[in-house]
Amino acid sequence: MKIEELREHLCERHPDLCPLFSLEFGDGILVVDAEKLHDAASDLCDLGFDLLGWCTAVDRGTFFEMVYRLRSRTMQVGMFLKCQVPRESPSIASLTDLWPAANWHEREVYDLFGITFEGHPDLRRMFLPDDWPGHPLRKDYADDRMIRRPDYF
Amino acid sequence: MLEIENRETITCEDGRQAEELVLNVGPSHPSTHGVCRVIAHLDGEVVTKAEPVIGYLHRGIEKMAENRTYLQVIPLTDRLDYVGSMYANWAYCRALERLAGMLVPERGEYLRVITCELQRIASHMMSLGSTGADTGAFTLFVYAFDVRERVVELFERLCGSRLTYNFVRPGGVSRDMPDDGWTDDVRAFVKGLPKQLAEMDSLFFANVIAKGRLKGVGVLDPEKAVALGATGPVARGSGVDWDLRRDDAYSLYPRFEFDVPLGSNGDAYDRARVRLFECYESARILEQALDQIPDGAVVDETLPRLITPRVGEAYDHIESARGSLGVFLVSDGGPKPYRMKVRSPAFCNLSLLSELAPGHTLSDLIVILGSLDPVFGEVDR
Repeated sequence: MKIEELREHLCERHPDLCPLFSLEFGDGILVVDAEKLHDAASDLCDLGFDLLGWCTAVDRGTFFEMVYRLRSRTMQVGMFLKCQVPRESPSIASLTDLWPAANWHEREVYDLFGITFEGHPDLRRMFLPDDWPGHPLRKDYADDRMIRRPDYF
Repeated sequence: MLEIENRETITCEDGRQAEELVLNVGPSHPSTHGVCRVIAHLDGEVVTKAEPVIGYLHRGIEKMAENRTYLQVIPLTDRLDYVGSMYANWAYCRALERLAGMLVPERGEYLRVITCELQRIASHMMSLGSTGADTGAFTLFVYAFDVRERVVELFERLCGSRLTYNFVRPGGVSRDMPDDGWTDDVRAFVKGLPKQLAEMDSLFFANVIAKGRLKGVGVLDPEKAVALGATGPVARGSGVDWDLRRDDAYSLYPRFEFDVPLGSNGDAYDRARVRLFECYESARILEQALDQIPDGAVVDETLPRLITPRVGEAYDHIESARGSLGVFLVSDGGPKPYRMKVRSPAFCNLSLLSELAPGHTLSDLIVILGSLDPVFGEVDR
């Protein structure tokens, strides 16, 4: 199945998701609201996206953008699922019940961005010690040991 | 820090009560293949629970990348998977080329394929050698490192470096093949490789002790492999027919004829043997690539020194020796990446350890960890 067919398929079954769908480099991009993330993800899971490649967050200043990379082995298409998470007490539904692979990826995002995942079975820090202050991949993170490179460019 | 508690009470056969033994393996131990700590709960010698604790090699490469220009990030990607650093170079450059709309000359693309297939052989030899060392067959380690050394020598002549190559660059590769007979030496190496591999196959994989140590250890069924995000030889050892070189057909791979070796039992034996067979396929690809490589430039010389891609994001992935390695780049239009995310296959594969280890003995835990082939530079990033 090509990505265009997938789009039609998705529009048929979930008309509300269709306007949120776009294409880039042959991959589908679906941007949903944070509350609808789990529903949309479970629809995609049913459609045959059997692999959760990774998930991460991007600090966009006023909010965090969660990015999930899905891939279907049967359809040979890739897909990005995105949603916005507010910066104040960021929290979002965990997708570990749909793809167990999300476990460590969500722990990593929790560690480095401080986003909590509701329903995650084992939400602990992944790389940093438990008493580490702050979340380093946030753009406003700073500590005494950080070396700032001179800004040549 | 992580608390070691919740020890289960075990009732022995004669009715006596005993307690689990909690054993801390690592983080710095030769059998953990790097700096991995495993908290193993033991009932006698049998592992009841194994929990990997990682982060001892976390250098914050994703954060460091945000403070460097796009070209300065390439040496950082070398330090991800230091057993196969060509892959991280290539994955990063592919993502950047997508983002900035760069094209690669054909000769450059061929050189990337040639170096990455050589790298696959070198990386699998490291894995096979350590599988041998883990199971007490140190002879295999010596045989495997003989092969690996030849590849590393070829790389040294190609780009001056034995471990961190910094070879794949945006728009091509850093230099052409040296004209001191390098191509002939690669050909000679590829020609002799199947014999060396067959020797290792009969030396180790036909050995009854190796079979006893590896067969039936850490059995991973294919559904679980997919659900838990395993890729590469770990998934293919379970019979998951999934190889990005064929299934996503990136770069020049559609031009080459090769097979994807699959295991059937999903145990440590199949995972190791799949790696061995992949080396035969890499040799096949290398032969074809060396025959087909055209003349011309190896890098797009018109590219600017300071790359400032458009505002946006791009993702690309390649099949590394450990599985699908991807790089996700976000650009704000400036000379530095706004965010770089590395999808590391070793990280995903290592997460299987707590699923595979229970029920096996402590010495098998080491074999299972080795069969997942983690490289901690890439796991911890």
